[in-house]
Amino acid sequence: MEKIQGKVWKFGDNVDTDQIIPAERLVSTNLTRLNDFIFEKVRPDVAGKVMKGDILVAGKNFGCGSSREHAPLSLIQAGFSCVVAESFARIFYRNSMNIGLLLVECGMDAKEGDKIEVCTGSGKVKNLATGKEFVFPQYPPFIAQLMECGGLVNLVKEGKF
Amino acid sequence: MGKTIAEKILSNRSGTDAKAGQIVVAEIDYVMVNDVTGPIAFREYEKIGTKKMFKERMVLIPDHYVPNKDVASAEQAKEMRVFAKTHGVDNYFEVGKGGVCHQIMVEEGFAAPGRLIVGADSHTCTYGGINAFSTGIGSTEAAVAFATGKLWFKVPETIKVELTGKFRKNIGGKDLIIKIITDIGVDGANYKALEFHGDGIKNMNVSERLTVSNMAIEAGGKAGIFPFDDLTKEYIKDTVKGNYVPVAADPDAEYCMTLKYDLSEIESMVAFPHLPSNGRAVKDTNVKIDQAYLGSCTNGRIEDMRTAANIVKGRTVHPDVRFLVVPATQKIYRQMLDEGLMQIFLDAGAFISGPTCGACLGGYMGILAAGEKAVSSTNRNFIGRMGDKNSEVYLAGPEVVAASAIAGRIITPDQMEGC
Repeated sequence: MEKIQGKVWKFGDNVDTDQIIPAERLVSTNLTRLNDFIFEKVRPDVAGKVMKGDILVAGKNFGCGSSREHAPLSLIQAGFSCVVAESFARIFYRNSMNIGLLLVECGMDAKEGDKIEVCTGSGKVKNLATGKEFVFPQYPPFIAQLMECGGLVNLVKEGKF
Repeated sequence: MGKTIAEKILSNRSGTDAKAGQIVVAEIDYVMVNDVTGPIAFREYEKIGTKKMFKERMVLIPDHYVPNKDVASAEQAKEMRVFAKTHGVDNYFEVGKGGVCHQIMVEEGFAAPGRLIVGADSHTCTYGGINAFSTGIGSTEAAVAFATGKLWFKVPETIKVELTGKFRKNIGGKDLIIKIITDIGVDGANYKALEFHGDGIKNMNVSERLTVSNMAIEAGGKAGIFPFDDLTKEYIKDTVKGNYVPVAADPDAEYCMTLKYDLSEIESMVAFPHLPSNGRAVKDTNVKIDQAYLGSCTNGRIEDMRTAANIVKGRTVHPDVRFLVVPATQKIYRQMLDEGLMQIFLDAGAFISGPTCGACLGGYMGILAAGEKAVSSTNRNFIGRMGDKNSEVYLAGPEVVAASAIAGRIITPDQMEGC
C-alpha cells in the first residue's frame, strides 16, 4: 500500500473553499493554472512554493463551503500529495476522492515544515520530526475501490459503477 | 425500526433498504450544473467516452458570471451554451429566461417532494424546503450522473429539529437558520441531514422553509428537509413538472440528535464575519455599513422583496450606503414590476439589477473594497467572500437588510424610529 512522505503546510479549522481558491478565479481559462491563485487571500506565501509531495495538515471541517471541484484540483496542481485533517466538509471529501486527491481524516500534532509520513495500508500518520504516530480508520470498501481506480470517471470507464 | 425522510428517499431511489451509514447507488431525478461547475463536468463527461446521456434529467443554468462579466466568463458561458446545443439538452436557461439556479429549479418545477436531486452547487440543499432530498455534489459527479443517471450516496444520519410557535413580527426563516448554525457550528451537521418537525412549520411560509434548507450546508449538512403540507402543495401546484410522491418520516425513525426551537423566542439575528456560525442578536450589535445586499438563492424570492419593500417604503437609503436589490429570477423581477415594488426601491434610492449570483460570491456587480462592510441576505461571510480580503460581510434576513440600508448601520425594523 501507499506510503507518502512530505513537508507540512499547517492550517487551522474551517478552511473554506473560498480561501483555497477564490470564486473570482473560477473561469474555465484558469482551469489548468488554478495553483497560481491558491490561498491567495489568506496565505499568499503558498502559491508557487509547494514542493511536489508536500502535505497539507489542517484542523476541523477542511474544505467547507462551495462545491467547487476547483478546490481539490488546485491542491493537486500545486503539488500536494495529501491532506490530513481532523475532519473534512462533505462535498470537499467527495470531490477529492472522486478526482484522486488523497484525504486522511486524522487529528495530528505537526508544525509547519515538519516532515511526516502517511501510510494508507496501516492507517498511520507519523511525524518524522517528533516520532509521534497517529492512527486513522480504514476507508469504507466503496471509497477504497474508488481510490484504487483513481477516481469516479475511471470507475465508470471500468464498468464498476 | 422506521426511517427518516432521507433514508426513505434514498431507499426508494436505490431499490435497497437504505439505513444511515450505508453507501448506496441511487437513480437521480435531476442533476443541475451552473456556468462555473458545468465546464469541468463537460470535460469529465467527454473523458468517460460514452454515448449515453440522460438529457431529460439534466438542467443547465448559467447564473454565477452571467450576464458575462468579462471575456473569460463569456467564454465559459459560451461553453455551456454550446454543450447544451450540441447534445440537445433542452433544460438550458439562457440569460433573460432564467436566474439564480436554485430558484429556477423550484420555479420551473424540477424540484418536487420526494425527489432525489443533485446539483454541482453547494446550495442545492435548498429544495429540502419542498420535501425533496437534494444535495450539492462536484462536477465530476455531475458528469457521471449525465452518463449514468445515478450517483453514490452515503445515507446520512439525521438530526431532528422540532419547531413550535410562531415568529414575532419582522423575524423569519433566516433568523432561525442563523440561530441553528450558531448553536451547532459550521460542522454541526457535517455528513448529516436536518429534518424539520413540529407545529411551528405550518407558521412558516414555503419561501422561509427554502431559506432554512438553503443554509443547511452552512452547518455542513447534506440536506435540510421539511415535511410536505398544504402550503407546499399550493406553492408548487402551477409549476411542478410531472407527478410527485411526498415522503414523511416514520414515527419510530432513528435520529442522532434532537434540537428544539420555539419560533416565538427567535430574535433578529446577524452572523458576524467570517463564519455563518458567528450569529448574534441584532439588538446587541453596533455596526456601520457601506453596502446592503438583498438577493441570492437564500433570500432573493418575491416574498423577500415584498418584506423589504414594506420596510423601505416612503423612506430613503442612507447617504453612505449602496443598497443593491437583486431578484433571483426574471419571474420575480416581473412580479416586482407588477406589484409596484420596483417603484418603492427606486424611490428609496436603491440600485436594482436583473438576476445574477455575481456579488454574493464576490464575482462582480457589487464587490467590496478593503475595509468596507456589508449587511447581506446571502449565505456566506467567509474571508473575502464579497470582495477584498479585508472587507466584511454580515449575514441577515431581508427585514434587517432593508432596515439597515435606511439606517446606515445594522438594525432591526423595530429600531427604525426616526429613520
